Amino acid sequence: MYKIVEKENLNPTVTKMVVAAPAVAKKALAGQFIILRVHENGERIPLTIADYDRVKGTITIIFQIVGKTTMLLNELNEGDSILDFVGPLGKPSHVDGLKKVCVIGGGVGCAIAYPTAKALHENGADVTVITGFRNKDLVILEDEFKQVSNHAYLVSDDGSTGTKGLVTNVLQDLINQGETFDEVIAIGPLIMMKFVCELTKKYNIKTIVSMNPIMIDGTGMCGGCRLSVGGKTKFACVDGPDFDGHEVDFDEAMSRGATYREFEAREREEACNLLRKGVA
Amino acid sequence: MANMAMTKVPMPTQDGNVRRNNFDEVALGYTKEMAMEEAQRCLHCPTKPCISGCPVAVNIPDFIEEVKNGEFEKAYQIIRQTSSLPAVCGRVCPQETQCESKCVRGVKGEAVAIGRLERFVADWHREHVKDEAVKPTSNGHKVAVVGAGPAGLTCAGDLAKLGYQVSVFEALHVAGGVLMYGIPEFRLPKAIVQNEIDGLKQMGVDIETNMVIGRSESVDDLFEAGYESVFIGSGAGLPNFMNMPGENLKGVYSANEFLTRCNLMKAYKEGVDTPIQHPKRAVIVGGGNVAMDAARCAKRLGVEEVTIVYRRSMEELPARKEEVEHAQEEGIIFRLLTNPVRVLGDENGWVKGMECVSMELGEPDESGRRRPVEIKDSNFVLDVDCMIMAIGTSPNPLIRSTTEGLETNRKGCLIADDNGATTREGVFAGGDAVTGAATVILAMGAGKTAAKAMDAYIQNKK
Repeated sequence: MYKIVEKENLNPTVTKMVVAAPAVAKKALAGQFIILRVHENGERIPLTIADYDRVKGTITIIFQIVGKTTMLLNELNEGDSILDFVGPLGKPSHVDGLKKVCVIGGGVGCAIAYPTAKALHENGADVTVITGFRNKDLVILEDEFKQVSNHAYLVSDDGSTGTKGLVTNVLQDLINQGETFDEVIAIGPLIMMKFVCELTKKYNIKTIVSMNPIMIDGTGMCGGCRLSVGGKTKFACVDGPDFDGHEVDFDEAMSRGATYREFEAREREEACNLLRKGVA
Repeated sequence: MANMAMTKVPMPTQDGNVRRNNFDEVALGYTKEMAMEEAQRCLHCPTKPCISGCPVAVNIPDFIEEVKNGEFEKAYQIIRQTSSLPAVCGRVCPQETQCESKCVRGVKGEAVAIGRLERFVADWHREHVKDEAVKPTSNGHKVAVVGAGPAGLTCAGDLAKLGYQVSVFEALHVAGGVLMYGIPEFRLPKAIVQNEIDGLKQMGVDIETNMVIGRSESVDDLFEAGYESVFIGSGAGLPNFMNMPGENLKGVYSANEFLTRCNLMKAYKEGVDTPIQHPKRAVIVGGGNVAMDAARCAKRLGVEEVTIVYRRSMEELPARKEEVEHAQEEGIIFRLLTNPVRVLGDENGWVKGMECVSMELGEPDESGRRRPVEIKDSNFVLDVDCMIMAIGTSPNPLIRSTTEGLETNRKGCLIADDNGATTREGVFAGGDAVTGAATVILAMGAGKTAAKAMDAYIQNKK
């Protein structure tokens, strides 16, 4: 059992939890993830390590409430425990040797982009951060990003905070202004990462994306998380989750991500009803 | 007087038409009377050839003698001297190629049903004897076991008996390895596996789940933490694909994924959160036990038409004969001498068909089996909406890639000598991690051999 030592609702749909998991905290690095299981009949879901504290032996996770398991997880409070919590999994992000980097985060993907931006900043890189959200209520980690970047840009789909527009608009503007980057790191919804890659490909800027396919074990034994990279099949849980964005087949990844959409919708509905009853 | 019947006392099974709709155990096991009657077929030959066919050398004639006398607990204690998981082995060992293949009674007629008797004894013990296993006196030494599959559990059990303080590190949330995620409930009830694992825990074996060695801790970290020797029993869990077009379409599973969802995560049960596809027509590619397990699970999930596609003929099927027969009784279709070349998808990215070619058998290859050769222009399409690839697995590279000095062969299997010693001092290995995908009992045998070698290594070091 893994105790929740801190819980904070970052916005109506995104929650931050700090979990006591000393074995994971001992080895965790930016870009890696954990897999957790909330209860005995629960499924295993992957979540990126948003932060870690080796001294306190804790791991921070930030998750969006999108379906049954994240709803159940969100029902837990400080002092409660998570049944299973395994990691760190996946390869750490490559941050060494980079001098000038643009980190792009979309929505809850910002929670994954944050530790990478932080690691780059600590390594002395010049970090530009572009974060995008649907509206002002969904903004997370705004101050944290400011602390680990040299330039921070915030955009929203509806213009309710920051500049109205998409992260790719900002990146295009920066490129137009003559900005150059060793690398762009994009983390967020598949569609956002796809469009970032289409843009950077035109300018030949190396782009790394963090993929988020369906996973079960997260240790390379099932291939549920497989995707095509440069025409070859890779397992995101062991070969990634970071890949060269110009090589990734995003359309296939988006299609595979929707495999259980109907089941998930039904489960979400049931969970909503259950939780509603619990409150009443 | 011995029972001279030519055939084994039959074991009751669930009817094929009933069991294809449930995940309950297919083979129901002997009654006391059946077991005692079958035990009388053993001739107690002085040379005991059966023992030489058992990878963990269970004293077969002696335990069968106790069964004959109705002394079931005594029989259990004899088996337990050499086997850590009798209820498992009695169910999943391919006895026809091991102990029973050496049985004198098999020369004329059927061999003694050693597997069924072992199973009976282990089940009888579980149902009747409740006293906890005795914790052996500590010898003050610490050893680590990586992987809680059959190899690791056997190695851990044997070392614990010798007084070692054993820690087993398991990546998944439960111990058991393939016994939990791979072999389905209807062949090996999970409660039985758990019971055997609990027995090990009572003997003082510490099992730490959710620990991925190679990520959470490295092998070097284990030595630093004071473990004097490490056994690697991490198996061969990396699924092979054919690298054919369309293999990443929705509805294409590795057998590992399909079986893990089904068995470990219990996706077939109501009220469980892990989803699984419920297709209409599923095809399983491959002819081993894993293919049979996947096909029979698919049938039980309500798939109307389940087909096994295999590139050789019935004779070469690597699966146990009993499993093939059970699959046929349950209505699984076999399309032999057939090989897939391409997966066809619909506009939404789902599998809608599998393009195959017909094969014929040519000259024998290095494995001694006749090589399947493609028949030109024989392409045809099978209408399916789910494909399960059961064409084998390889060892996971995680441990070898994070441990200095651990050599592997070109297939990625750890190199180990006859005692399980790897190329790294103090590190031993066994089971599928060394051999590539093989059987439960061979893994157990390797775990046993390595435990002995680890004991010798530590005792000599002093």
